[in-house]
Amino acid sequence: MKKTPELPDLAQGLLAGARENEEFEVCLSRGRSTTVKAYSGKVESVRSGASQAVGVRIVVDGRQGFATAGSLDPEVLKEVVEEARENLKFAERDPDQGIAIPDGVAPPGLDLTDPAVLRLTEEDRAAVAIELEQRCLSSDSRITGVRSSAWSDGWGEFALASTSGIAVQSEGGSCSIGVQPLAMQGSETQIGYAGDAARRPDALDLDRVVSEAVEDATRMLGATKPSSEKVTVVLEPSVAAAFLGTVVGALTGERVIKGRSPFAERLGEQIAVTQLTLVDDPTNMESLGADNHDGEGLAARRNVIVDSGVLSQFLHNSYTGRRAGTSSTGSAVRGPRSTPSVGIHALAIAPGVDDRDELFAKIKKGVFIRGVNGLHSGVNPVSGDFSVGAYGQRIQDGALGEPFREATIASTLQRMLLDIVEIGGDFEFLPGGTGMTSIAIADVALSGI
Amino acid sequence: MLGPLLDRDLIQKTISTALSNGGEWAEVFVEDRQSASTEFDEGRVESMVSSRDLGAGVRVTVGEATGFAHTADLSSEGLKEAALAAAAAAQGGHQVEPVALRGEGVSRNRAEVLPSTVPKTRKVELTRQTDAAAREVDGAITQVSVRYSEGRRRILVANSDGVFNGDDQTRILLSVNCVASGDQGLQTGRETVGYTVGFELFDEHDVEAMARRAAKRAITKLEARPAPSGQLPVVIQRGGGGVLFHEACGHGLEADLVDKGASVFRDRIGELVASPTVTLVDDGTMGSEWGTIAIDDEGCLSQRNVLIENGVLTDYMWDHSRSRSSGREPSGNGRRQSYQHLPMVRMTNTFVMNGEVEPGDIISDTEKGVYVAQLGGGQVNTATGDFVFGMTEAYLIENGQITAPLRESNLIGNGPDVLQNIELIGNDFAMGSPGTCGKDGQGVPVGDGQPTLRVASLTIGGTAS
Repeated sequence: MKKTPELPDLAQGLLAGARENEEFEVCLSRGRSTTVKAYSGKVESVRSGASQAVGVRIVVDGRQGFATAGSLDPEVLKEVVEEARENLKFAERDPDQGIAIPDGVAPPGLDLTDPAVLRLTEEDRAAVAIELEQRCLSSDSRITGVRSSAWSDGWGEFALASTSGIAVQSEGGSCSIGVQPLAMQGSETQIGYAGDAARRPDALDLDRVVSEAVEDATRMLGATKPSSEKVTVVLEPSVAAAFLGTVVGALTGERVIKGRSPFAERLGEQIAVTQLTLVDDPTNMESLGADNHDGEGLAARRNVIVDSGVLSQFLHNSYTGRRAGTSSTGSAVRGPRSTPSVGIHALAIAPGVDDRDELFAKIKKGVFIRGVNGLHSGVNPVSGDFSVGAYGQRIQDGALGEPFREATIASTLQRMLLDIVEIGGDFEFLPGGTGMTSIAIADVALSGI
Repeated sequence: MLGPLLDRDLIQKTISTALSNGGEWAEVFVEDRQSASTEFDEGRVESMVSSRDLGAGVRVTVGEATGFAHTADLSSEGLKEAALAAAAAAQGGHQVEPVALRGEGVSRNRAEVLPSTVPKTRKVELTRQTDAAAREVDGAITQVSVRYSEGRRRILVANSDGVFNGDDQTRILLSVNCVASGDQGLQTGRETVGYTVGFELFDEHDVEAMARRAAKRAITKLEARPAPSGQLPVVIQRGGGGVLFHEACGHGLEADLVDKGASVFRDRIGELVASPTVTLVDDGTMGSEWGTIAIDDEGCLSQRNVLIENGVLTDYMWDHSRSRSSGREPSGNGRRQSYQHLPMVRMTNTFVMNGEVEPGDIISDTEKGVYVAQLGGGQVNTATGDFVFGMTEAYLIENGQITAPLRESNLIGNGPDVLQNIELIGNDFAMGSPGTCGKDGQGVPVGDGQPTLRVASLTIGGTAS
């Protein structure tokens, strides 16, 4: 075996080559991942591999150059530094451009390096993927097949160091499962999905994934197209997370300083109903998005974005913070392959009280949205126009009813925040790391027949 | 022309190692990808980025089981390790002796001017010129961002059947995004040009005209009214909506989804699945289009495949493993995002052929409906055929005339229904914008196209009654 150097040593080695007038930042990662898929009770495929990455950012007099590669080979590292240096010659001066400066905020000190995934064997992985498939097939006679049943896990190391004195490192693992059963009735086929992710294998909830996936496929059998009307919609947590994730995307520094957000001028104003409080809290270990540092090596911290409906702050990285006349909120997001952008680490909503049935009970006529599609094409985060494909179940006189499909729901992000009628008490951390509840929103246009 | 990415003997040895555990078929895929981009935003070059990736993936199959391992270490030791890891996951078969590699392992890069040979200042100038043209359109244009990117991807595919083929793909993309500000808020307009071609693209392509189109799109939408909610006839401008067919039926014709029962088109070969005026083709050989490839990522020559002919379903699209288990030839549709991924069935350039109707007649024949000039991305549930896609530029049609612009919204329909409901097809075929198709987490470049056509009814997801 070749002896591989530690990432922080590699990073310091590159930093030593920085020239006197350069702000120099190096970001390195290394990891392994394995995915096992099962089909017809057997292993269908095993995919494994090692990956490496380097990203070098150099800033001279407000000009930024960046280069990246998928290798930590010494020759490649040298090339990447030269490329970054070459690239900055063509960038134009931006006085706020620069790498992050340590701000004295202490990192939360989370222990995220659970080694459990390192002990996994091929047999462990295959057994779960097969079990997932077989349990879906045997749990309901209408389940006729499984399109995909997969196990994935990975372990990664990360190091970041800069001439401003930042030097951080981390390592950790995660694992996930996902299954797509097919339900059939007559000539109709429906496909369902459910998945889970965690830092350790024993935290994955197979029972829940099987029952959710099977229910997701079977409950849509017999679905019909609804009529077009304005209704109250209840978004299930994963759908609510997609909606609020888009909203918070429009509250990030990049969009705001460049005038590409409908909320750019609204800091301190009431943009949502008073029931809505949103925080981005990567210091909460319960979220898979938890971390000690952001993508520029500053301490991760809890940020209250919307406080009882009031837009209390935008999220910033060092650059957008400087430009906005404030400072980084520790919200830089990036891997070695890109320059830092601004984003959410672990979004969470402050839960309400009522469980889902109690939410339904208050609605005379509405729809429960189980899933949406076309988020990337039907939501314009600049204008706020919101229109997505939707499927789920009708709500009639306070109870859940027949399934519907081939419909859309539409409004604007701005209006939807003010039309929220209730936040559910059914708080959960989703596999993506977002802490969410169901949300009821009035006066949304449902389009069908 | 450069030689093969890796030495023939080293590849041959790696294939033998991969089969050493009882593998029945083995493949080595090597990829060298170099890309560079320039971001021009707020009137200045914001950043220039360059990127390099080099690595290999080794695949071994035994029956229906596949083992795959990837590595960025292309030394003989690194490849051996990957081959053994792949072999460990697919063992116990009747081991075969690999066929000696034949072929050159290379193919000609069709770019006349490799973008890496063009000075970076020329690329900066291009983005600046695009920005200026967009800003000149109207004072209401408050933000313009331009992105230029170039990529060169060299691949080498070798397998135990003796295949030893290479490709050298160069792609260039220029996109412009405009934001217009008006009394009712912000609106956006976007245009993209992208081809599998070298820098000679800009000898013939007018980037300023493209910038003006994007700016005008944003300005027009400032006056837009909410889109209707409910079902209406929809006319789609030529080149503006090939994505409809990509989503409505393209994915459902991918043999891997068909095989697993996840497609509404399963067991329907030979049936009339569309209006008899519809002929749908997937063609990886098409000039310098965005989805064009010389070989697919399994070493198979790309080809033109007729999927639906005069409304009748003629064939699905195939990759190596699905065609082998069905005892037929592959169709050149086995593609992967990178050396770190397993290939699967993917589209290339997917389009509907010309009909006979004058496009103007299609509009004047429509009493009330929606005219879509540009569609954004889409998504499909292949099991049900339900799909959505976004309208990024659309207008009302009233009494046979195109009238008020509409705000953005999604359209939703059902693939099999829509295919039957294509009422009129124009004679003005055009390819559309370059796209990235996502499937199971992998993105690959694809093209689409169609003549102006009318769908009898789609659900428009607006807010106006």
